[in-house]
Amino acid sequence: MASYQFDHIDRTGSVTGPPSGIDYAFDRGFRGIAWTSAALILALVAYIIVEIGGKALPAMTEYGLSFLTSTTWNVQAEQFGILPEIWGTLYSSLLALVLGGLFGVAIAIFLTQDFLPSRLAVVFRTIIELLAAIPSVVFGLWGIYVLIPLLRPAANWLHDEFEFIPFFGTSMSGPGLAPAALVLAIMILPTVASISVDAMRQIPYKVKEAAYGMGTTRWEAILKVMLPTAGSGILAALVLGFGRALGETMALAMLIGNSNQISLSLFAPANTLAALLASNFPEAGEVEVQALMYAALALLAITLIVNVVGLAVMKFATRKFEAER
Amino acid sequence: MSEPNLMAESMIQATAPRLPSLRRTPFEGRALKSGFLTGLTWVMAVLASIPLFSVIYMLLVEGGSRLDWEAITALPPSAFEMGGGFGNAIIGTLVMVGIATLISVPIGLFAAIYLAILDPDSKLAHTARFLAKVLTGFPSILAGVFVYAAMVVTMKTYSALAGGVALAVLMLPTVVLAAEQAMTTVPKKMKDAAFGMGCTRAQVIWKVVLPTGMPGILTGVMLAVAGAAGESAPLLFTALFSNYFLSSLTEPTASLSILIFNFSGMPYDNQIELAWAASLVLVLIVLVLNITARFIGRQKF
Amino acid sequence: MMNAIAETAAVESAPAITPGNVVMNCELQKIFYGDFLAVRNSHVPIEKNKIIGFIGPSGCGKSTVLRSLNRMNDLIPVFRFEGKVTYHGQDIYDKKVDPVVVRRYIGMVFQQPNPFSMSIYDNVAFGLRLNRFKDNMDERVEKALRGAALWNEVKDKLKNSGLSLSGGQQQRLCIARAIATEPDVLLMDEPCSALDPIATRKVEELMLELKENYTIAIVTHNMQQAMRVADTTAFFAVDISQGSRTGYLVEMGPTQQIFENPQQQLTREYVRGEFS
Repeated sequence: MASYQFDHIDRTGSVTGPPSGIDYAFDRGFRGIAWTSAALILALVAYIIVEIGGKALPAMTEYGLSFLTSTTWNVQAEQFGILPEIWGTLYSSLLALVLGGLFGVAIAIFLTQDFLPSRLAVVFRTIIELLAAIPSVVFGLWGIYVLIPLLRPAANWLHDEFEFIPFFGTSMSGPGLAPAALVLAIMILPTVASISVDAMRQIPYKVKEAAYGMGTTRWEAILKVMLPTAGSGILAALVLGFGRALGETMALAMLIGNSNQISLSLFAPANTLAALLASNFPEAGEVEVQALMYAALALLAITLIVNVVGLAVMKFATRKFEAER
Repeated sequence: MSEPNLMAESMIQATAPRLPSLRRTPFEGRALKSGFLTGLTWVMAVLASIPLFSVIYMLLVEGGSRLDWEAITALPPSAFEMGGGFGNAIIGTLVMVGIATLISVPIGLFAAIYLAILDPDSKLAHTARFLAKVLTGFPSILAGVFVYAAMVVTMKTYSALAGGVALAVLMLPTVVLAAEQAMTTVPKKMKDAAFGMGCTRAQVIWKVVLPTGMPGILTGVMLAVAGAAGESAPLLFTALFSNYFLSSLTEPTASLSILIFNFSGMPYDNQIELAWAASLVLVLIVLVLNITARFIGRQKF
Repeated sequence: MMNAIAETAAVESAPAITPGNVVMNCELQKIFYGDFLAVRNSHVPIEKNKIIGFIGPSGCGKSTVLRSLNRMNDLIPVFRFEGKVTYHGQDIYDKKVDPVVVRRYIGMVFQQPNPFSMSIYDNVAFGLRLNRFKDNMDERVEKALRGAALWNEVKDKLKNSGLSLSGGQQQRLCIARAIATEPDVLLMDEPCSALDPIATRKVEELMLELKENYTIAIVTHNMQQAMRVADTTAFFAVDISQGSRTGYLVEMGPTQQIFENPQQQLTREYVRGEFS
């Protein structure tokens, strides 16, 4: 880093000079640490995959793919299968997506399409953001003592009257799919709403003008023009909301019933991959731990794929608007 | 005289085009549909707000009635005991969140510096940014599983340290992305001014970008801390739980979230009351952090 | 330091460039942005304690040339400079030279006022602290603010944020910041274009005062401004003969001569307002 110092110039009174050795050292060190930190992110992800994958390897070689299709979880007999958990994870997340997605998009419309004066809109937005801040365990606690007692009479009535419909096939004794999916919907609602709001905000004003200029009612403009235009952004919101639902643990562990069965009934207890890990890990012996690691790998794979897809959709959505500008 | 006029009038009426009425008709066809949907949306908005208020109500009523000095200072009661509290859980949460912050904030900040200023278009930057976004959706329980495999097994003990590291893994993406965002909003002309004065790259960042972007960075950090404080899944098998006050970083440690989880399933009223009280304390911490974060974030430079 | 004669038709018509008086000498052959040739063959000597104005139509590269004088363009990854810029005899584009050092000696004021998000005092003291100046900071800050004709307006509110000032005051703050360390050359890139006429006049008066102690190079799209403040004027234009828009120096000389009796046809057309 040798450089001319321009020392020979006569400038009395001037204070400037080249950076000191310390300054140069600070510069090099600073940039080095920054680079290392960025690289650390890559290293972390790699380490996570290697660590979980590595610990899952014994179980993978032992049980192979039947792990994913078998339904027994018997520690004594060393028989493990996570099909009920995969089912429960997907079913509960899907239910949550339908409900939470619908409400999330509705709220995004509510917030961005001039339904509220801006002061109230800020208040409402804060309510949704605070909803997102409530910890999962607290939702679980609330679910147990508020939601389940609330749901039970309605659920049992539905079961009594409509038992022939598989969704209402069993009665609700306590924890089950319905309260879990409901709480899950509440938890992913802010995520879906927030990303959808961003998507709707990106719609160029001229599109809105064009729609209203044609004489549409407010909802015709929203449903036929605004939503389709923000379509890919909203899709990204739904996919990412789905991804969050897949990984959610505590509220589900407290509300879903932790029962390894597969049933279409909304009121039957079930289990998810995350809840399985949460309930069984603490007490697990070595053999069970290995099986649980395999289950963890399955969960990792599923959430990674869904999240990557969601991010790709979001990138596509924003690129569409950049191109149009 | 009137007859020709009448004829003329009816002829005019027959040939003149009929004007549409411009009056509002809210109960007809399209307007009705639109009105109905608006009403439906309002209902949905109100419904969506109910859980928040219900939770807050329960926390204040159930938790508030049990919250007292003993609750926040005493140790957890065992099965049939009366009284007790979650003092050790509060300390445990604070300690582990503290460890997580000490780990994730420096790394996250420096990574964001690289991503936002030093080399935003490099392969490393694009990859790191993408992975950080992917990690925001990382299931919290897997953070616990990962740290279990990496630390608990090797150290042969559950520890506050492991819990802190697991929380750090979850905080890191939020810190990185928020800090990057905050630093890219620093106007380019300010950076130009710093370069024009003869600053090295590190000096531009240290003397101008960081101070200017600090509100945004702090917001991100506080939101990440709030999230970490509420996490329980990663602590399940890293910090486990303890019924005693924290005495060393390398032993199982209590936390508010795990206490709530454990107590919520117990059939004892005492424990359940404490679970509500602990929830109230936890939510208070989280809400204060959230609101402060947003308040700081609103300070514009 | 002898002047090299540029190859093209551009001829320096002016006498009176005393070699000993030249602080910076820009002998530019080519400036590239990637594959795009932005400026070609321009030779601009800059004399001590004088103001040289760069004028020309938009896209002629005058800002690019100015920013090349303190290696600000290095911040653009695709920028490439072929040629020499000598500062007191040394080529600042020499491989061994660190641009950071160059910018310590050659200050810059930008088109948009850009004070830092700090107090007025800290803005002015920025350069002093950067250079680890320890002594009488308050004195130097006051001196710089007086030098920028801002002292009386801000002396009671030095702790206020620099951003709380009006546009014209902010620009004078930037000037104060630049002169606090007393570099001997000041580059100013259209410093008044974001200011109202009154603020503009203040800054122009300031420039005429500063010229006693500093050497100033200013880019301006306002010919009247050049006539008011510049001792020497360099006129750049765009050459489209090769298919793309490449800037080059057409003519350079004492301001009066450039405006009243230009040697080049193109210059004549420009100063008459026939194109802009």
